[in-house]
Amino acid sequence: MLYRTAGQFKTSYKADMALFPVRQDAVLLAVILALVWGVFPLLASEFAFQTLLIPILIYALAALGLNILTGYAGQLSLGTGAFMGVGAYACYKMVTLFPWMNPVVAILLSGLFSAGVGVMFGIPSLRIKGFYLAIATLAAQFFLVWLFEKWGWLYNDNASGAIQVPNLDMFGIYVAGPQASSLVQYYVVLAVVTLMTLLCINLTRGNLGRTWKATRDMDIAAELIGINLLRSKLMAFAVSSYVVGVAGALFVFMWRGAAEPNLFDIPLSFRVLFIAIIGGLGSILGNYLGAILIVGLPVVLNTLPQALGLPISSATVEHLNVMIVGALIVFFLIIEPHGLARLWALIREKLIIWPFPH
Amino acid sequence: MDGSRTDDSTEGQETVRDEGHVVAEGRRIGPVLMELRNITLRFGGVVAIKDISFDIREGEIRAIIGPNGAGKSSMLNIISGFYTPSEGALLYRGETRPPMRPYEVARLGVARTFQNIALFEGMTVLDNVMTGRLTHMKAGLVAQALWWGRARDEEIANREVVEKVIDFLEIQAIRKTPVGRLPYGLKKRVELARALAAEPSLLLLDEPMAGMNVEEKEDMSRFILDVNDEFGTTICLIEHDMGVVMDLSDRVVVMDYGRKIGDGTPDEVRRNQDVIDAYLGVAH
Repeated sequence: MLYRTAGQFKTSYKADMALFPVRQDAVLLAVILALVWGVFPLLASEFAFQTLLIPILIYALAALGLNILTGYAGQLSLGTGAFMGVGAYACYKMVTLFPWMNPVVAILLSGLFSAGVGVMFGIPSLRIKGFYLAIATLAAQFFLVWLFEKWGWLYNDNASGAIQVPNLDMFGIYVAGPQASSLVQYYVVLAVVTLMTLLCINLTRGNLGRTWKATRDMDIAAELIGINLLRSKLMAFAVSSYVVGVAGALFVFMWRGAAEPNLFDIPLSFRVLFIAIIGGLGSILGNYLGAILIVGLPVVLNTLPQALGLPISSATVEHLNVMIVGALIVFFLIIEPHGLARLWALIREKLIIWPFPH
Repeated sequence: MDGSRTDDSTEGQETVRDEGHVVAEGRRIGPVLMELRNITLRFGGVVAIKDISFDIREGEIRAIIGPNGAGKSSMLNIISGFYTPSEGALLYRGETRPPMRPYEVARLGVARTFQNIALFEGMTVLDNVMTGRLTHMKAGLVAQALWWGRARDEEIANREVVEKVIDFLEIQAIRKTPVGRLPYGLKKRVELARALAAEPSLLLLDEPMAGMNVEEKEDMSRFILDVNDEFGTTICLIEHDMGVVMDLSDRVVVMDYGRKIGDGTPDEVRRNQDVIDAYLGVAH
């Protein structure tokens, strides 16, 4: 009843192709946007910003980037962590070489470097597919992390071998570095993530999105209807790596504050891949749902016993946490192998006809 | 050629169409659109096609028939650029076509359907048909990301073309259904819609009626004839159902063991002794 679409008639193709042709979707999104832009920042504590809000947004953005490549264009990649690293190191080099640069501009530009690197490692995708391509991207993963370690120029030859985010200000307000407040950083992250999401939605529903999906679903037919497969795949690598690179720059500059090369190693790639898979490949919404589950759930489980006053040692909580999160992932994958986004799509379909069975 | 198109399936419409048919006959079939000259195709030592020449004229329905393994599909694959012939030349509108990748051939205006349906299963019917338009869309990455200006105008303009095709093939009701959920006959029709959306100058149909029941075959025959009549699309098709081929096509090429054994109107082909031998066998 709440989601009844009856009576919403479209009289033009423009209206039918609007971003949210169903009114309830638009209302729901407006509520969510009001929450994340207005209500959460007012209520959230420093702890909530640092462990929930900011990381969920950044991980969701990284997963969104991977999803374009793997979910939409069908090219499996295990190099996400390294491409995030390229974004982070590029951003670090830019703000240290040109201290006058606006940090947000630097973050948005750093994606271009990872896009370039992504395209380079995407070239083999014309000849190799599936798991074999995943192995090829794994090579990118190892090579790039090795490069972050060995190439001193990248981290300005710091004795620690790590990159340290300096204090960066924008119009007199610190947005990155030790002096930046979480609230400001949250808004910067939210603005970038909102913008990226909007652009990605447009790309995936338009001509390029159809080109990618055609490449994913049946590459031979795609080529015979006029798709240049190499171009389509490289475009996917470029756009995907751009988004992942921006996520990587946000990851270090807006959240971690410092990074060592091994931060961008395989565990990060897998974490982002899990978010994309559990959220739902080939969906935009799924990245957020997946990030909430993978990033948010452990935090909630960690703080829950304390909040309830249960006398459990923190080590036990840690162990329980791993078990519960693991079990939940398996549970969600069993009830809906296509991810949380599909689960929501099914619920929505049911809501549209509710209370009737069909 | 007259009388070669009496389709017993759709009586009412058929008589009306046939009246206009005779009048339009002279105009309908134009000059040679594609000519294949001495095409030979080898896979290692296997000769799949041996020295075949024929042409396809603008506006006609050209059929390629032959027993299993005769090389029909290979022939279609050569035309659509999937295979490059070992010897021989393809002339498109009188000019030799250099070896091309399939996507370049598609951009020349050649669209095709497949023997085993090759739709994009994860997409809706509408999106599948829209992919047929992508050679007509030119908006850049930034415009698409912003959904602004050229990108949005193109989406809307091409959607209108696609909706016309959807209307024409009577698949309005399943427009937003994911293709994976459709039954076989409808999938075949969606595939035809995708090919038609490209507004091809040459439409290749690889066994458009394979695996269909009589009713679905009748529907498909009607669509093929209507496409040819209304849009003047040149069609080259492979089909096993002899009745259908003889009724639909203007001219027929008969292949057997990679060679051409007959070429002409359905009546001529029907009387050709080599063709009869190939299909009915020879007494030894």
